[in-house]
Amino acid sequence: MSVQGSRKRIQSANGPVAEEAPGAELAQKGTSRVKRGMADMLKGGVIMDVVTPEHARIAEDAGAVAVMALERVPADIRAQGGVARMSDPDMIDGIIAAVSIPVMAKCRIGHFAEAQVLQAIGVDYIDESEVLTPADEAHHVDKWGFTVPFVCGATNLGEALRRITEGAAMIRSKGEAGTGNVVEATRHMRSIRGEIRKLAGMSADELFTAAKDLQAPYELVAEVALAGKLPVVLFTAGGIATPADAAMMMQLGADGVFVGSGIFKSGDPAARAAAIVKATTFHDDPDVVAKVSRGLGEPMVGINLDELSPEQRYAGRGW
Amino acid sequence: MAGTASPEFGGSGRAGRPSVGVLALQGDIAEHVRALESAGAAASAVRRAEELDRVYGLVIPGGESTTIWKLIDIFELAEPLRKRIADGMPVFGSCAGMIMLADRLPDPASGQQTLGGIDMTVRRNAFGRQVDSFEEDLDIAGVEGGPFRAVFIRAPWVEDVGPGVEILATEPGAGRIVAVRQGRALATSFHPELTRDWRIHELFVEMVRDGA
Repeated sequence: MSVQGSRKRIQSANGPVAEEAPGAELAQKGTSRVKRGMADMLKGGVIMDVVTPEHARIAEDAGAVAVMALERVPADIRAQGGVARMSDPDMIDGIIAAVSIPVMAKCRIGHFAEAQVLQAIGVDYIDESEVLTPADEAHHVDKWGFTVPFVCGATNLGEALRRITEGAAMIRSKGEAGTGNVVEATRHMRSIRGEIRKLAGMSADELFTAAKDLQAPYELVAEVALAGKLPVVLFTAGGIATPADAAMMMQLGADGVFVGSGIFKSGDPAARAAAIVKATTFHDDPDVVAKVSRGLGEPMVGINLDELSPEQRYAGRGW
Repeated sequence: MAGTASPEFGGSGRAGRPSVGVLALQGDIAEHVRALESAGAAASAVRRAEELDRVYGLVIPGGESTTIWKLIDIFELAEPLRKRIADGMPVFGSCAGMIMLADRLPDPASGQQTLGGIDMTVRRNAFGRQVDSFEEDLDIAGVEGGPFRAVFIRAPWVEDVGPGVEILATEPGAGRIVAVRQGRALATSFHPELTRDWRIHELFVEMVRDGA
């Protein structure tokens, strides 16, 4: 396994200890292989934001690989303002009961107690998300201490590697959630993939400096340089609203797609959800993407990024 | 052999480095491609009926069985796949792939069907949610060289099998069947493609070579 996979934790400040001792005969839960492997099973799929069990069923029927249980989609968080927090456990339970696909839920950046609650409820993945109001302006959650795996957002390679160092088992671009505007997701995907390509061409001495510049551990930087990819699955998120958006992100190297407000803020959520699923699988076949893009009704109304003030941008949350 | 299958890429006929497909609709396709290549096959992605015609064997990967079924149905792959399996094409399914090969599901999602091929009943997510996912060493009949590190992720188990099905492994904790073979069809609840132990893929590639 990777550098992180071989790390043994004796104790953790933030949660129960995940056992990592390799070679034991007994069943081991919460290992890196189990956490990262869960994300591997989502590849080529679409994860959809839902706020009710009814939404969750529509998403499952449309072919979603997982749902993200939320009280408000990002577009509404933007519109209504206020502090955005972890969802009500009853609301998450209702969604878990409604579908057989995995259910994810968000905690605030650094809010390890919200993460403990989500693990206790039995969610399948936690998104430590910039869409919610950050709870700690200096520290992210120590994710090694949990049995449940985490996905975290990133705008560039350094941020992705710092999250992986903290135990994230899956990375997604941040994009700019709740805008229906794909431009930031594009920027983040191109940045992450481009920086990996640059690493892959570096000599050993250059990698030491690259690690310093990326503010990430040398061993992880060297591992990425050798493999030419992250050691975890890389999805895209933030502003995806159409089948062609999903196809573009997959062609830019995403392993899969999160769609937030883009589905249930559109005119015909069931049709749009199914179309984005098909376009994700056949992202490299323009005939299929063209066919599924017809007759979907109104897309969500988008927001141009220059209409947002710096404090209205979520991608700057986290570091 | 069904259709006009011929090894057009990288393959040297069924006997040498046989062409084996991975059903590439959703799931951990790249991991199975890597495992098959390491086990001596020429692996390729299969998303269309004409791509299925070019392979001697097929892996159905891990992923979400509801999503994979939905895409099989929409893109009209169910009949070509069922025909090839009925004609004796070697097929291997891991996790979601095992579900797709089950003749019976006791608790399908709304509208969910399977391809079938193995006379067994498979319960989805039987080992629990992700927080219950685990890895452990398993002894597998027909896989020599010591225990196999098996990775179970929201894994299904086999509830019952018909008389023609060979039980290859049982998970000791739950006492449930987690690996089976019936003729040229092989299925595991766990994910051999997530380890770097290629013995199960080697067994399958051998089944493809022998499958004339």
